Amino acid sequence: MNEIVNGFFQAINLIVTLNPEVMEITLRTLEISLSSTFLGTLIAVPLGGLIYFRNFKGKRSVMNLIQTLYSLPTVLVGLLVFLLLSYQGPLGGLNLLFTPGGMIIGQTILILPIIIGFTITALKGVKGEIKDLSMSLGASEFQTIYTIMREAKYALLGAVILGFGRAISEVGVALMIGGNIRGFTRVITTTMSLETSKGNIELSIALGIILLTIALIINLLLNQIQEK
Amino acid sequence: MKRNTKILVLAVVIIAIIAVAAAALSGYGQPTQVLKISTTTSLDDTGLLTVLEAAFEKKYPNIDVQFIAAGTGQALEYGKKGDVDEVMVHSKKQEEQFIADGYGTQRYPFAYNYFYIVGPADDPAKINGTTNATQAFNKIMTAGTADPNTVKFVSRGDNSGTNTREITIWNSTGVNYNNSVRGQPWYIESGKGMGDTLVIADQKSAYTLSDSGTYLAYKDKIKLVPFLTQGKDLLNVYSLIPINSTKFPNVNTAAATKWTDFVLSTEGQTIIGEYGKDKYGQQLFVPIAGKPEPTS
Repeated sequence: MNEIVNGFFQAINLIVTLNPEVMEITLRTLEISLSSTFLGTLIAVPLGGLIYFRNFKGKRSVMNLIQTLYSLPTVLVGLLVFLLLSYQGPLGGLNLLFTPGGMIIGQTILILPIIIGFTITALKGVKGEIKDLSMSLGASEFQTIYTIMREAKYALLGAVILGFGRAISEVGVALMIGGNIRGFTRVITTTMSLETSKGNIELSIALGIILLTIALIINLLLNQIQEK
Repeated sequence: MKRNTKILVLAVVIIAIIAVAAAALSGYGQPTQVLKISTTTSLDDTGLLTVLEAAFEKKYPNIDVQFIAAGTGQALEYGKKGDVDEVMVHSKKQEEQFIADGYGTQRYPFAYNYFYIVGPADDPAKINGTTNATQAFNKIMTAGTADPNTVKFVSRGDNSGTNTREITIWNSTGVNYNNSVRGQPWYIESGKGMGDTLVIADQKSAYTLSDSGTYLAYKDKIKLVPFLTQGKDLLNVYSLIPINSTKFPNVNTAAATKWTDFVLSTEGQTIIGEYGKDKYGQQLFVPIAGKPEPTS
């Protein structure tokens, strides 16, 4: 119990004094997780739109698969991407194993299903009339998709936030693909796991509080946008 | 027809995004020459490697040393895949096999210390006074079998160097580890690193085998006390093994050689011998470069 209280004060201390190591780790964490969220959004939102607007055989199975992949274990993604990027793996030549770039690829794959799935849900929330109206006014399919996406933009933002939340809080991919190299691939979650195993419980709790604070700030910012 | 074109355009756009991203990422974060070393958590957790790295990078500013810490089993696995340039581990048998299989060039012992057998201060298995690890483990096994509620042993169970040694000691008591130890009610496998395992052993008032560095780092946070801290069967030798560049042409042999030479040099060995005296009040590692490997 004492450790939690002390961890809280240490977190404040680390933030107020701008502790260089904590700042560096925090910035790297943001850089990597925001990159994967950006990349994930770029791929998943159009893909989600496509799945929603098109009727094709096996659409239901695709939806089931996407929803199942919400539970994709981070360690499994870590392992698969590790094998892909390993020197003898198919993408070994890219030299991405144990680099931030490799971590971004892993995290992107990890959050794709969630963003795709929630994009579809967001689009389902838009009234059907808009689609019909838009089409009947002579809009092309792409114009229609664009119109509906605009209607659903707040819900889409929610999908992106969810993806970001999963990326920044995961430890499996970061550890297996990044290797937790000090000053290079070490992020908040992997530092927490390392410091806990070294017995620096309070520092771990402090870092956990910092991570939650970042999440809070980002959510506040996005809520601000949503209310406008 | 028009629809198909659009799908095609979309597909091309997605592929282009991925390609650009991959190209941008591959250049990302490889500033100078990189030397990747996989090592054991027990060595990394002591903080020694950070000090060695700082001294080395002062000498060779264009080489960025990067440590990937895992259990010895996994650290060697990275080497077997050609994903690192060198390994720093502590499990002689596995290391010799690693070299025999052609993955590593040579084994360079650079330091040693001893594993500790630690346990609750009231010592329910009465191992205090035993003279070697086999004897102590034998007593723990007998007492644990008789009363698994009071006498327990927590194992790493993770194929690490420490875990490998522990199993060797169980087998040296004359019983078959898999039949008489593993799965017994008094024997708990944590599946975690040394630090976590010490905490679990502490909470359960159990015995465990620990490397000395991690135990000393944890000493103030747990109530476990060391009973055996020396002896032939607790000897813990750390070695460097450069990865074989004939097998993996991508390996940075030049940098690996510089690192090996540095760790074995007078400067490196002095850092190793002095390390821990200020922080833990005692030496954590005994340097052994240029001397015969200790046998007890």
